Amino acid sequence: MTEPDKSRAAVGTLTGGPLRGRVRRHRPAVPIPLLVPALVGLVFLLLPLLALLVRTPWRSLPGQLTSPEVWQALRLSLLCATTATAVCLVLGVPLAWLLARTEFPGRGFVRALVTLPLVLPPVVGGVALLLALGRNGVVGQWLDSWFGVTLPFTTAGVVVAEAFVAMPFLVISVEGTLRAADPRYEEAAMTLGASRFTAFRRVTLPLIAPGVAAGAVLAWARALGEFGATITFAGNFPGRTQTMPLTVYLALQSDPAAAIALSLVLLAVSIAVLAGLRDRWMTAS
Amino acid sequence: MTSMDKTRPGLASGSGSASGEGLDARIVVDRGSFRLDVLLRAAPGDVVALLGPNGAGKTTALRALAGLTPLDGGHLRLDGAELEHTPPESRPVGVVFQDYLLFPHLTALDNVAFGPRCQGATKAEARATAAGWLERMGLAEQAGAKPRRLSGGQAQRVALARALATRPRLLLLDEPLAALDARTRLDVRAQLRRHLADFEAVAVLVTHDPLDAMVLADRLVVVEHGRVVQEGPPQDIARRPRTDYIAQLVGLNLYPGRADGHTVTLDTGPAITTTEDLTGPVFVAFPPSAVTLHRHRPTGSSARNLWRCEVAGLETHGDRIRANLTGELPLAADLTTVAAAELELRPGAEVWATVKATQTHAYPA
Repeated sequence: MTEPDKSRAAVGTLTGGPLRGRVRRHRPAVPIPLLVPALVGLVFLLLPLLALLVRTPWRSLPGQLTSPEVWQALRLSLLCATTATAVCLVLGVPLAWLLARTEFPGRGFVRALVTLPLVLPPVVGGVALLLALGRNGVVGQWLDSWFGVTLPFTTAGVVVAEAFVAMPFLVISVEGTLRAADPRYEEAAMTLGASRFTAFRRVTLPLIAPGVAAGAVLAWARALGEFGATITFAGNFPGRTQTMPLTVYLALQSDPAAAIALSLVLLAVSIAVLAGLRDRWMTAS
Repeated sequence: MTSMDKTRPGLASGSGSASGEGLDARIVVDRGSFRLDVLLRAAPGDVVALLGPNGAGKTTALRALAGLTPLDGGHLRLDGAELEHTPPESRPVGVVFQDYLLFPHLTALDNVAFGPRCQGATKAEARATAAGWLERMGLAEQAGAKPRRLSGGQAQRVALARALATRPRLLLLDEPLAALDARTRLDVRAQLRRHLADFEAVAVLVTHDPLDAMVLADRLVVVEHGRVVQEGPPQDIARRPRTDYIAQLVGLNLYPGRADGHTVTLDTGPAITTTEDLTGPVFVAFPPSAVTLHRHRPTGSSARNLWRCEVAGLETHGDRIRANLTGELPLAADLTTVAAAELELRPGAEVWATVKATQTHAYPA
C-alpha cells in the first residue's frame, strides 16, 4: 500500500506554493538618488489634479454643469468623439489586420506612417488637414466642386480632425492584439470552407474583440480631449464645432469657475476610462 | 516491393488510385536546406498514418494536403480532381489540428455548425447537422458548452465532428492523440478507431507514436528527413523494420548485412546465425527479450550467436530492465530486475550476450 502514501506526498509538495509565498524575502532599500526623484515625479503628476479638486467651486457646480452652454459643448463633444471612434473602427481595424496578417513591400514604412499622428503636434495635423481637405485643399477642392461638401469649420470637420488624431491609438492596439492572437484559428476556419474574410469576421474579430474594445476606448478618450487639430481645422463655433476642450480654454479667460467645472467633467471621464481599462493594463505588470 | 532505395521520392502503394478514386499525391515542399518529397496514395476507406520523428516533415505534408502550405512541386489529385491550385476553403478536406483549434468563442454546437454554415446551409440546417454529429460522437449533452469547459477527450471528438461535418473526401488528423493524458488516450484512441473505420473517404493521420499509428491505420508511411523510408501494413513494418528509427519504435535490434545461407555477415563485422536461408543483402532483427546476458563467457552453450559487450546504460522499461550494450555488437537487451542484480550490471561492466538463432528474423533488404 505505497500508492496512497505517494499520492499524498505529491499533494503535499503541490500545496507547497502558498507556504513558500509566506517566506518573506529580504528587500534591499531603495537608493535615495532614485527614491527622491521618483517621489517628486509622483507629486508633480498628482498635484495639478489635486489642485483642480481643491479649487472646484463645489457649491455652484450643479448650476455650472446644467447651463445650456456646457450641455451644448458636452453633447457636441460626445457626439463627435463617438462618431470619430466609429470612423476609426471601420477604417482602423482592417488597416490593423493588413499590417498584422499580410506581407507586402514597405510594410514597416507604412506602419511608421500610420503611427505618425501619434507624435505629430496636433496643430500641425490640423494645418495638414486644411491643406488636404480645406476648401482649396488637394482633395477638398474636388469635394467642394463635385459634391458640394465642405469639411472645415463644420461638425463633420471636428469628426475628421478627431479621427485623424485618434486612429493610430486604435490601429496600434488592435494590431498588437492581432499579433498575439493565434493565426491558426483563421487556418482552421479556412479548412472548414470559410473565405479569408469570413474567417476574419466570424473567428478573428470575436477573438480580438477585447483588444478592439480597448483600442476604441483609447481612441474615444483621445478624440474627446482633442484640441489642436480641432481648433485649427474646424474652428470654434459654439454648438457646431466648439467641443469641451475648446470651451474650457475660452471659459478660463472669461469665467474661471466654469472652466474648472468643465475640467472636472473631463477628469471624471478620464478616470472612468482608466477604470474601464484597468483589467487590461493595470494588472499587466 | 522487395527493393528499397532511400533516395527515391517515395513508394507507390498499390491501392486505389488507378480508378481515379481516392488520393493520389506527390508532395514536394522546399524549405531551404530541407526538402519534403513524399508520394501518397490511398483508396476511399483507407486510413494512412504518416509516421516519423519530429522534424521529418509530416505536419508540412499535412498542411500541403490541406492547402495551408503551397506545393513547390508534385501533384495532388483527390477523386480525380486536381487540387494543387485550389484554395484551402474550396478543398473537400477536413482537418483535425493537433491542439484542435476549437473556436473558443463558439459553443461545441456552433463549432461543428461552422463548416456546414460556410458551405451555404442556413443557420437552422447547420445546427441540425451539427447536433447530429455531436450525437454520433456521444456529445449531445456538451452541445452548449464552450471549448474551455470540455475535457481533452471531448474537445478531440468535437474537433473530429467539426471536420467531418463538412463531408470531406480527405480527412487529415495531426497528432490526434498527442494532447491527451495517458488514460484518456486509451479511450479516445478506441473511439477514434471506430469513427475512422466508419469514414468512407480517405483519412491521413500524422503521428510520432507507433502505437497510435498501428491501432488507427491500415497502412503506415514512415517518413524520415522528408522522404518515405518504408511503407506497408502495420504488422509488416513491425516485423520487418528497415531503418533504425522504425526498429527502435517497434522495439527491435536491427542490423543490415549480407546473407550466405544461414549466416549473415553484418556490415559492421560480426556474423549472426539465422534460421532463414537467404543470399544477398538482408536485415536481421531480434527483440531485446531474446538476448541472454552472462557475467562470464558461457562454456558449453549451444548458442552460436555469442558476443562480448560492455554495458553502456541501464533504464527501467515497464517491469524489466533495458540494458544498452556496446562492443562487438551494439544491442539492447531486456532482463528482469533480479537477473540484472545477479549479473551485477552497471555501466562499464563486461558481459557476454547470446541470442538463439530461432529468435532472430532475417529478411531481404
